[in-house]
Formats: sequence, structure tokens, C-alpha cells
Amino acid sequence: MSLFLIAALPFLGAVFPALLIRAGRNAAASAAGLTTFLALMGLLIHIPSVMRGDVVTARFEWIPALGLNANFMLDGLGFLFALLILGIGLLIILYARFYLSREDPMGQFYTYLLLFQGAMVGIVLSDNILLLLIFWELTSLSSFLLIGYWKHLPEGRQGARMALAVTGSGGLAMIAGMLILGNIVGSYDLSVILQNKELIQASPYYLPALILILLGCFTKSAQFPFHFWLPHAMAAPTPVSAYLHSATMVKAGLFLMARMWPVLAGTDAWFYIVATTGLITMLMGAVIALFKDDLKALLAFSTVSHLGLVTMLLGFGTKIAAVAAIFHIINHATFKAALFMTAGIVDHETGTRDIKRLGGLRHLMPITFTIGTIAALSMAGIPPLNGFLSKEMMLEETVHTTWLHSHYLVPGLALLAALFSAAYSFRFVSHVFLGPERHDYPAHPHDPPVGLWLAPAFLVVLVVLIGLNSAAIVGPLVAVVSSAVIGGEKLPYYSLKLWHGFTPALYMSVVATLGGLFLLSLHRHEEKIWNALPRPEAKVIFDTVIGVLTRLSRLITDTLHNGVLSRYAIIMIGFTLALGYYAYTTGTIGPETREPLPPQIIPIIGWICLVGATLAIMWFHRNRLLSLVLIGVVGLIVSMAFNYLSAPDLALTQISVEVVTMILLLLSLNFLPTDTPWDSSAARRWRDAAISVVAGIGSGALIYALLLRDFAFPTISEFHLANSYKGGGGTNVVNVILVDFRGFDTFGEIIVLGIAALIIFALTEAVLGTNVRSYLLNRKPHWPQSGDSHPLMMVVVTRMMMPIALMVGAYIFFRGHNQPGGGFIAGLVVAIAFLMQYMASGYTWAIERQRFYYHGSIGWGVLIAAATGLGAWFNDRPFLTSDFGYIHWPPLEEFEWATAILFDTGVFLAVLGAVMLALDSLSRFAWQPGMAQEFPMDINPLRDNPPQEEESKEQV
Amino acid sequence: MEALVASAVGVMTAAGIFLILRRRTFPVILGLSLLTYAVNVFLFATGRLALDAPAVLNKYKEVPYTDPLPQALVLTAIVISFGMTAVIVMIALSAYLSSKDDHIDMNAHDSVDAPGEDA
Repeated sequence: MSLFLIAALPFLGAVFPALLIRAGRNAAASAAGLTTFLALMGLLIHIPSVMRGDVVTARFEWIPALGLNANFMLDGLGFLFALLILGIGLLIILYARFYLSREDPMGQFYTYLLLFQGAMVGIVLSDNILLLLIFWELTSLSSFLLIGYWKHLPEGRQGARMALAVTGSGGLAMIAGMLILGNIVGSYDLSVILQNKELIQASPYYLPALILILLGCFTKSAQFPFHFWLPHAMAAPTPVSAYLHSATMVKAGLFLMARMWPVLAGTDAWFYIVATTGLITMLMGAVIALFKDDLKALLAFSTVSHLGLVTMLLGFGTKIAAVAAIFHIINHATFKAALFMTAGIVDHETGTRDIKRLGGLRHLMPITFTIGTIAALSMAGIPPLNGFLSKEMMLEETVHTTWLHSHYLVPGLALLAALFSAAYSFRFVSHVFLGPERHDYPAHPHDPPVGLWLAPAFLVVLVVLIGLNSAAIVGPLVAVVSSAVIGGEKLPYYSLKLWHGFTPALYMSVVATLGGLFLLSLHRHEEKIWNALPRPEAKVIFDTVIGVLTRLSRLITDTLHNGVLSRYAIIMIGFTLALGYYAYTTGTIGPETREPLPPQIIPIIGWICLVGATLAIMWFHRNRLLSLVLIGVVGLIVSMAFNYLSAPDLALTQISVEVVTMILLLLSLNFLPTDTPWDSSAARRWRDAAISVVAGIGSGALIYALLLRDFAFPTISEFHLANSYKGGGGTNVVNVILVDFRGFDTFGEIIVLGIAALIIFALTEAVLGTNVRSYLLNRKPHWPQSGDSHPLMMVVVTRMMMPIALMVGAYIFFRGHNQPGGGFIAGLVVAIAFLMQYMASGYTWAIERQRFYYHGSIGWGVLIAAATGLGAWFNDRPFLTSDFGYIHWPPLEEFEWATAILFDTGVFLAVLGAVMLALDSLSRFAWQPGMAQEFPMDINPLRDNPPQEEESKEQV
Repeated sequence: MEALVASAVGVMTAAGIFLILRRRTFPVILGLSLLTYAVNVFLFATGRLALDAPAVLNKYKEVPYTDPLPQALVLTAIVISFGMTAVIVMIALSAYLSSKDDHIDMNAHDSVDAPGEDA
């Protein structure tokens, strides 16, 4: 099965549980299980090639410009982790089906779980570090959903937030580290990076990259001092804890350290950072675990400790330590997942996870007792179980390690950690299962149904089998994985067996076991001392730090964004001016290279009108209607200027937009106050005037300087002029650019326009749904209403003009490809034709004759444009490539067709729909109930009489 | 000619920014419209000015053409700015009709309570 499919399957399958939950919980669980099973089978068929040491790859260039390739690879290391993720995932799916109660939304659970599973599989199969980072962040997000699955529990929400904050920020650091690494090597492909050990370690950026990447690994794998999130994440349902916090997510950090081991390991920096962190974490986790009364907290800290162990082994940087690390990852995944599930069963059946309230369960729950005990003894390192084997390998390695010239420090501390590890493992067995039977369990305990104990039992069988005959069962796997970790070099000698003779590691194991038993016997006294000691509470520290950060960001936000819009505008304009001043003072301005065009009399008159109107707007802006008229003058002059300066398309667009904008503003002014009162102080007005004058001078001077100089670089306009006819089949270059060269931009823009119109429609709906409607109905207009609101002359003329206006629209549309015109302008012209009917004959009259919905017009426009673009795909061309040809029908002159005209049709429909929907929505504010009976050419008899008086007359 | 265009851009920018800094919705809308004109003319002028040289290809003889690219950009900008103006007008109108207040700034009362529908 292709690696793409293996990585994609969990994501694809994630849809099904959420849908199938309607068909019952078994259907949802089966869908999730089947997806995982398929992916697992897909993985397993690669066994022969992986065991040969081959690397299976699947490559796809996603965004080559960024070096982001969707490349996947499957080597031994990836295979092991994918096997753990999918294999244990399958067991967890089974377990969760029986663990979750009837009230829990199980469909959601399996969907989250599969999303998480897909992200994890993605991490371990990625051959591109950018792709890996994407999956890495996805695990943080999906684990957030899983940890906070019980949304009603505050602990769950807080734990999920904490996990996301810690692992997410670590992930951010890692992104930086990975980018540095990619820059050093010049490629983001892992297979290339892994070949460049010397280059990376010689680089001055090696240490920053190492620290940043390790931050990501340490936060994810809960290493000191970031370990605190893991115990809090235990608020999640037990299947989540067993999956995320024993077998998969926390192993992602270990995976990455193992993956990067060939290029990052072997330096002093690596040894002292990684091995020391691992050692501290291992010891600290083991000590804390002994004093936790919550079963899951005990297991959480024990997980922290074991993760530290693997980290330390990877940190040693020797090949044999890497082998031991891999072996321990396998063993830990088996016994720890089984232990979590056991803890879940105990919780499920007795109603408590508090060790102080448990004990004596061995007769009540014999199956659970057997499973839990075997797994716990493996964790303690008791032969012949698998935990013993890897723990002994670890101890053996510590003996050969010197830390700052000290031969005893590492083995001594590791022994201490092993001793505590044995102690808490024994405590898990003795304080839960051994001892006298009690009578005060919250629920009556008994063994669970087979669905709950099957999964841990399977794992425990593995624990025993691997312990008894590891060389046969996991030997080849360990060999393949280890050689993948150490970069394909020759494996060192090691043997996976129980008896190695009387070695130092054996003595250490004996000491650890006996010491663990001794510690446990004195647990009551130790606990008193422990509780008396002052301990930093991680959650308090975390909450304090988060609180300070929140207050800080709130302070900044509240200062900048205090709800005063003019302040934002001032900040933005001031900043732009400062940047412009900086550019002006530091940049160089070349000599003038263009002759200015001589000013002629008509442009000067236009200029006087424009500047006069603009200044008049500023002066009279309190009179809103007057300023609206003046702004219309400015718009007209601007469109004339476009025409004069060789931009006929712009002139046509500007003038038609001008018309609809004016109608829009007039309509809105109908409801707004007619005057703007004075409400800013004189000082403020002077300040604003000063700012705006400076901005005006700046922009004017900038464009003046630009206009007198030629382009510094050759522009791409020449290309468009040269290829417009040859490539696009049109002589109007502006239109060809819109519908062909930059068709994708235009496509986006009609979508934006459509969205704007829909926003307007939605706002209208929302506003008219409130008591605003009654206000509008009872509102008195600002100005006396015209007696004949639908004048006879206007009605007659607009109706006669309608076909002509539509013809003009069609003409402008069809000639658009070769002469000024096109979809945008035609859409506006036809919209104006419709609007004339609205204005002349009234909203009600027009709406009754309207045959289509404007929403539909927008939608069809976008769809037609998209379909035209997609059509290019069927001819193996990129999206929106246009085609054209020539047609000759005898009576007509030869004319040309182009697929671009279809695209332009889409533009036309979208523009028409958007403009009409916007104005139509606004008109609905003016609707009055009496209008329905109104006849367009009637004289309104009520014109001078307000409605109330009319009513009283009737009563009289 | 260049001086005329540049000074017109400057005047429209200044007037537009002055009106944007007012405290009621309607002047701000007018200011945005003026600023839109200024920006559109500015963008258009980056293609340099040319008379009688529209970018419509002449099949029969060699003639100079003006720069078509800024024109294409500005054409869509004009249409989009209509859409944006319409949205702002509608927001302003809805806000005014709901609260009978056309100030653009949030006052202390607004930040405590969400804008009341029954105001």
C-alpha cells in the first residue's frame, strides 16, 4: 500500500465514526477499528522490504518553491513507530468501546483519535521536515481535543490547555530549529539532511538549531523542566492516557531524537544536554511517582521517568546505547499501555483511582490482578520479563559513561532511579491488589467484561514472550530499527538475552529490586517526610506565568485597541508617514528621465473642478447631501481623467461605479442624520488637518517623483502587450489581462464582491429582524416626500430605455475582448438599467417583475467562471488557460470566439448580482406596507399629511 | 500634466484622511471614497501618463501603447471598492438604526455591555 494512503487513511477514516455514531456505538467503533486495521495491514505488507533494510519512499512535490515536498519514507525506525501507533491504536479502539460510558459522545472520540493517529503516522513517515512539522503541530492540536474530551470537567479543560501551551510552544521552537537545519544543509528532505553530519556539526548554527529542536522534543516527551503537563493531561479518559501518554505522543520527541541521532548526536553539547536532562527526568519522575496516590498520576510520573531513561540513552551518543533505547521503547510501550488500561479497569470497576482507598483486589479481580502484576513487575525490571532486559542494558551502559570525569555519577543516579522505579512498581501491585479485602470500595469490584481486559492481556502476553525469547521475537526488528537510527552503519555487538553472567548490571538490578522492596516497606514513614517537604507546584507556576502573559497582552491590546477607531487610523497613518519619511531620508532618488507632458487647458479646468470640489467637501462636510453631490463631481472628473489619459476601460468602469455608489449613498442618507454636528475640539481638528496635509504632500510628491522617472527595471507589461493577441486572442489588452493573464485574480475578486453583497444581505436580514423594523415603519422622513414619487415622464422614459440599456450592456460585453468594455462594465451597465426601473416605478413594482434571485446570479457567475477555468484541465492545461479561434458565418464579418468570453460571462453575472443584491438589500429599509397597492404613476394623495392626521380625519 | 495629476492625488489624499479622522460614520465613508479615488489614480499613474495611446492593439500599424497592467489592477480595484463601500455603508446604517448613534468610536458604555438591540 502506498505510504500516501497509509498516512491518509486515518484522516479519511476520521469522518466515519462521527457520521456512523447515528447507527450506534458499535458501528462507530468498527469504522474506526477497520480504518486502523487497513492502515496496519498496509504497513505490514512492507515488512519484507523493511526487514531487508530497504527504505520505501513515496514522493510528491507539493510546494517546490518552499522546499515543501510531500515525501514519505518508511525505514526501520518509521516502521517500528508506525507499528506501535497503529497496533496499539487498534487495541485502544477496542478498549475504548467498552470503557466509555453511554453518556460520552463516542463518535467524537473516535474521530479525534483517528485524527491524532493520522498525525502521528504522518510524523513517523515524513521524509520532509516541513511536512513533519505540519504533522507535529497536528498532534498537538488533536491531542488537545482528546485530553479535553470530557469537556464538563474543569481539570480536563485545564490539562488540555496546559498540554497545548507547552507542546505547542515547544513545537514553535522546533520549527525555528528545523528551518535553521534546512538552511544549513540546503534541503528540507530528511534523507538529504541525514547524509550531512559533518556539514551540520561544523556549522556555527549547530548549537542554536540543536537547542531549538530539543526544546520541541523535550516538551513533547515531557522532559524536565517541561514534564509537568503530562500528569495534568491525565484528566483525559484512560484510553487517551494509555494511547497518547504511553505509546505514542510522548514518544514523538523520542522518535525525533532517534531520527536526528545520526546528524545531531555525538557532540559534547548533545551529550551534556540530552543525557543530563534524561537522567534528571528519570530520577525525578521515579521519586515523585512513588508518592502519588492517584493510580494514573503514579503511572504518569513513571512514564516521565521512563521517557527520561530513553532520552538519557539516546544522549549517550553511543551506538549500543541507541540499541538499548530502541529496545526499551518497544518494551515500555507494551507494559505501560497495559498498566494504563489496568488502571482504567480498576477505576471503572471500583469507582476510584485513589490507592489509599484500594487494596485487596486480587481475589475480587483475579484477571486484572494477573495482568497488572505482570506488567508492573516488568516495569520494575524483574526477570524474565521484557522490562528487565532493557533496564539491564541501560544500567550496563551507564557503567561505561563518565560525566565530567566522574565515573560514578551516572551509574549511581541511574541505580537510584531504578530503585525508586522498582519501589513504585511494587507499590502499584501491593497497595492495589494485595493486602486484606476492604468493605468500603465506592462500587462493588469484579472483573470486567472480556472487551476491556482483552487488549491489556494481549500486551501482557507480549511482555512475557519478549522477555523469554526476545532474540527470536523482536531481535530482527530491533536490529533493523537500530541500524536505521545509527544511520545505516554497522551494528555493534549486543545480545538480547536474560543471562549475561555476573556483570555490574546484574548486581545493580539486584540492588534496585531489594532496595525497592525495602523502600516500599517504609513507605508510610517516607510519605510523612515527603509531605512535610516544600515542593514547587508546577501548576501554580504555570498558571502564574500564563496569568502574567495574559495581563501583559491584554495591556498592550487594550492600549492599542481601546475601541476608538480614529485612534487606530491615527496610529496607522502616523506609522505609514514615519516609514515614508525614513525611506525618503535614507533612499536615493535618481535623476528625472521623462519629459513632462505639457498641460492643456481642458485638463486644467478639470483639475480646478476636482480640487475645488475636494476642498469644498472638507469645508462643507457637515452638510451631508451637499458633500455627496460634491463627491460625485470628484468621481466624474476622475473618470474623465482616466479617459483622457488613455484608459477608456477605467473611465467606463469608474463612471458606472460612480452611478451605483451615488444611489447607494443617497439611499443610506435617507436614514442617517442629515448633518454632522461639531463634536471634535478645534485643537483636534488642527491636528488632523496637519496629519492629512503631510500625508497628502507625501503621496503627491511620491507620485510626482515617480511620474518623471522611467521604470528602474523592465516591466512585465511588454509581455502582456506582445502576447495579448497571440496568446489571449484579444486586442483590448486590459480585458485580456483581466480574463486571461490574471484570470485567477479576477476570479478571486468576483468571489470577494459576491461575499460583500451576501454580507450586506445578511446584515439587512439581521437588522430588519429586530425592532429596527418598527422604528423604520414609524419613521418620519427628513424631507417632505415628493407628491408623485414615480413621475409619469420618468416611468415612461425608463421603460422605453430598458431594452436600449440592455442592448448597450450586451454590446459592451461582447466587444470587451477587443475594444474597451467587458464583463465588469457590462455588469454595472445592466445593473444601472435595472436600478432605473426601481427608481422610476418603485421597489414593489420592480420586485414583482423580477424573475431571478440576485444570490443565484452571484453563485452562477462564480460557478461559470470556475467551470471555464476547470475546462482547461480537461485539455491538460493549467487552471484558467483560455483557448480561442475564429468563426466565419457568411453574412457576418469573420469574428472571433474565446473561452475567455465564458469567463467574462461569469464576471458579468457576479458583478450584476452583487450590485443588485447590495442595493436591493438597502432598499428594503425603505419599504412601507402601503407601497404594495401603490400604482407607479399615481399621485400620492397623502403627500402633505402625516398618517396620524389622516386616521383622525377618517374617524371624524 | 504630471504636476496636475500629482497635486490632485495629494489633495484627495489629504481630504480623504482628514475625513477619515472624523468621529461620525458618514464623513468617514466620504473620506474612504475620496481616499479610494486617490489610491486608484495613484496606482493608475504608476504606469506613467500617456495621451492617445490606449492599450487596444492596432492590427494595421505600429502605434505606442500605454501600460495596461496598472489599468487592469485599478479596474478590479474600482469594482471591489464599490463592494467595500457598500458593506461599510450597511454596517454604518445598521449601527445607527440599532443604537441611534452614528459615532464610530466605542464609548465606555459600549465596552461594558454589548450594543443593546433594544436601545
